[in-house]
Amino acid sequence: MNSVTQPTLTIDGKTVAIEGERNLLELVRKANIDLPTFCYHSELSVYGACRLCLVQIDGRGIQGACSTPPEPGLKIQTTTPEIREIRRIAIELLLANHDQSCPTCPRSANCQLQSLALRLGVKKVRFQSVHKQVALDESSPSLVRDPNKCVLCGDCVRMCSEIQGIGAIDFAHRGHDVSVQPAFGKQLGDVECVNCGQCASVCPTGALTPKSEVDQVWDLLADKKKTVVVQIAPAVRVGLGECFGLKPGEITTGRIVAALKQLGFDQIYDTSFAADLTVIEEGTEFLERKTEGGQLPMFTSCCPGWVKYAEQYFPELLPNLSTCRSPQAMFGSLVKAMLPDQMNIERKDLKVVAIMPCTAKKFEAQRPEMGVNGDPDVDNVLTTQELAQMIQSAGIMFDMLQPESFDMPFGFYTGAGVIFGNSGGVMEAVLRYAAEKATGKRLDQVEFQQVRGDSGLREASITVNGSVLKLAIVHGLRNARVVAEQVRAGKSHYDLIEVMACPGGCVGGAGQPVTTSPNARALRTKGLYHADKTLQLHKSQDNVFITECYAKFLGDIGGEKAHHLLHTSYQSRRRIADEFLPLVEPKGEDKLKVSVCLGTNCFLNGSQEVLNGVLRHAEQSGLEGKLDVRAGFCFEKCETGPTVMIGNEHIEHCTSKKAIEEINNRIECDRPAQLPNTHVCKHCHD
Amino acid sequence: MASMPVTVDRAEKFEKVCGILNRFARRPSGLIPILQAIQHEYLYLPEEILTYVATSLDVPPARVFGVATFYAHFALEPKGKHVIRICDGTACHVKQSLPVLEALHAALGTSEKSKTTADMLFTVETVACLGACGLAPVIVIDEQVYGQVTPERAVGLLKEIKAQEALLATSSAPLAEQLSAEECHD
Ligand code: SF4
Ligand code: SF4
Ligand code: FES
Ligand code: FES
Repeated sequence: MNSVTQPTLTIDGKTVAIEGERNLLELVRKANIDLPTFCYHSELSVYGACRLCLVQIDGRGIQGACSTPPEPGLKIQTTTPEIREIRRIAIELLLANHDQSCPTCPRSANCQLQSLALRLGVKKVRFQSVHKQVALDESSPSLVRDPNKCVLCGDCVRMCSEIQGIGAIDFAHRGHDVSVQPAFGKQLGDVECVNCGQCASVCPTGALTPKSEVDQVWDLLADKKKTVVVQIAPAVRVGLGECFGLKPGEITTGRIVAALKQLGFDQIYDTSFAADLTVIEEGTEFLERKTEGGQLPMFTSCCPGWVKYAEQYFPELLPNLSTCRSPQAMFGSLVKAMLPDQMNIERKDLKVVAIMPCTAKKFEAQRPEMGVNGDPDVDNVLTTQELAQMIQSAGIMFDMLQPESFDMPFGFYTGAGVIFGNSGGVMEAVLRYAAEKATGKRLDQVEFQQVRGDSGLREASITVNGSVLKLAIVHGLRNARVVAEQVRAGKSHYDLIEVMACPGGCVGGAGQPVTTSPNARALRTKGLYHADKTLQLHKSQDNVFITECYAKFLGDIGGEKAHHLLHTSYQSRRRIADEFLPLVEPKGEDKLKVSVCLGTNCFLNGSQEVLNGVLRHAEQSGLEGKLDVRAGFCFEKCETGPTVMIGNEHIEHCTSKKAIEEINNRIECDRPAQLPNTHVCKHCHD
Repeated sequence: MASMPVTVDRAEKFEKVCGILNRFARRPSGLIPILQAIQHEYLYLPEEILTYVATSLDVPPARVFGVATFYAHFALEPKGKHVIRICDGTACHVKQSLPVLEALHAALGTSEKSKTTADMLFTVETVACLGACGLAPVIVIDEQVYGQVTPERAVGLLKEIKAQEALLATSSAPLAEQLSAEECHD
């Protein structure tokens, strides 16, 4: 009974064991054959459209490996003359419909279409070009969309909807007009995209790429009047090496510093310093909320993709977000507040460049509240990829560099700051602080293995000072949505929730080197935990420069100055721009404008009823000629919805009764001559 | 005052949209029939209404747009009073349907991109195959099928419709006045 034999099948004559693989493609790759694919990603659903992963199955003919489940006894061949020819035709057809400006494409070095054409020996395209050039979409601060390079594999579409739960881009039109685009042909910057860039990291070609700020940074470096300081984020040090032939996870901190010096940056600092600062502020905020009955659970706020997501989809949970700025933003704000005096320069001559694994940080740096009088705290954000490009362009031989060390004080950091770069790291760093603060005792065992791991939704509970803290760690916004919905429904029992938009946290950010290696993320994470181990200090509260910073400049932890510089506030945010539905729109001037919000939040709070009430009232009281009634889609005041604007008056928590009263007031007040003294209108003063 | 009926109509239509959504219990699985019913009301699918549909079904607007543009049956632009469809299936193509299309575009000032005339009288579209290959090349004007059409004949048919429209305009002068009054503001 117990003689269970391992099921097997044959691939190119070799026997291969079936060990829970989901499809033939996984098995073929396990047999060390790199079957070409465009539309397959192990973390996404199977699409089966590119027809590159073909195999010959005895008795069944040619099948797509990605969509065929393994069965014991199958005999598979991965290359036959016929399969080779089909693949070659597939590539030629794609090329015939592709803007072949390859040498100037940002993905030239790692485009899968290019490398497959090379691998499959495509020497010329036998089909006539059917490519029609369309305009680039450069509306997003984070990404550039170049539809001319799209091969319609749908990877981005599935990433955005399956992992991020957003669906900002999708297939539209049909036949040879099919394209991948945001709703209604709008631009990416005008829709609900949160700038995470994950679509770009799965795109096999240059159709979606991080928006480069390299040229602006070269200009800053060339400007003799400017002092340019740079901060590098934790995850960059375990990713950059991949662009120079090193293994994922290999720590290159010292060489990065050397390269940045050689590129001409004046001061080289570490975002991990600001991460330590975040731990202190966020840890204190958490303990306060916990002990003083503040809004719980508290969500972390260091991921700008998550912050924008929360602003768009969970406005009622914004009070649950930590008010702490991200480490990038804290760094910029602190440095621009402190350095000009110390260096005896003007703020406008100090420029801060951030090197980030992240495309959403480009958006964050442009948020108006992250600056002073229009001068941003962080002037430019480069991704890891962009830094690699600058190093290459300067001809610096990265692997030959002698490691150098950061400048002080903002280059000093503890292990807690470094692990910010991976999922679970922020949680662990905060625990290292909070546990010590709550107990008043020195914490010797600094590793919290309970919060580490790879799964996209993890839970842990930790007992601190006799009370149990319930924690959740999520990555991928779809998982964040699951947790946030529980919180909204009052069904959550967590105290603290860490959210990172990118799979694996920042190490898997879309600014990191493009990789097809399935374990790159895990290796980068390992690299960061290793960096923590090898450092002398592991707790942010042990960072002496942070202590000094509070003593000499910031004052109290969570105090007024710290709040001003290190914290922020959030606003509800619409998902789609410029959408108005005119409903009653008489000609002529002087109409009272009534706009009722039909955005999701107001809609869920009953705004359709309000609108119908207004329309019925307009009809019954013969007011159609006087009212301009329209529906809008989110006025960014969701927390107090349903939102109605009457004239320029914003009515909170509007009901149809409230709206009708206000309309009547306004209309009456417009004809005081006809109805003297019968009605006192609160709007008629001034 | 002339615009009154138009505005009331809009509000009424919106209430109908709400009714349609309710009829399908605002379930995402009802998206296609919902769009169909809405097109029946508006004769096309206005963008803002699609945004509203997306909101109330809790489906991303890009998905609603994707579905609306996938089916040739759905129109995202308002169509003209008379819709002319030219078959560009293989048989018609071989029998010179393209020159017919070009002649119509030239006569109406329309193009592949802007298929409808500014006065909203005509829309010119191509379709994949009308299943009347024996009569190739085929065009359909407002559901009426014409076979073996030459560019000259197509333009002739256009002229007939235009003449009818002119007659209609003079016989109901008040209506015509109303229409032009509507259009000349701002
Ligand atoms: S950046 Fe993120 S949110 Fe925006 S389209 Fe890409 S995957 Fe979707
Ligand atoms: S943009 Fe890139 S990922 Fe998206 S469908 Fe096109 S080629 Fe595929
Ligand atoms: S990878 Fe299998 S069809 Fe694209
Ligand atoms: S949904 Fe945002 S204000 Fe109405």
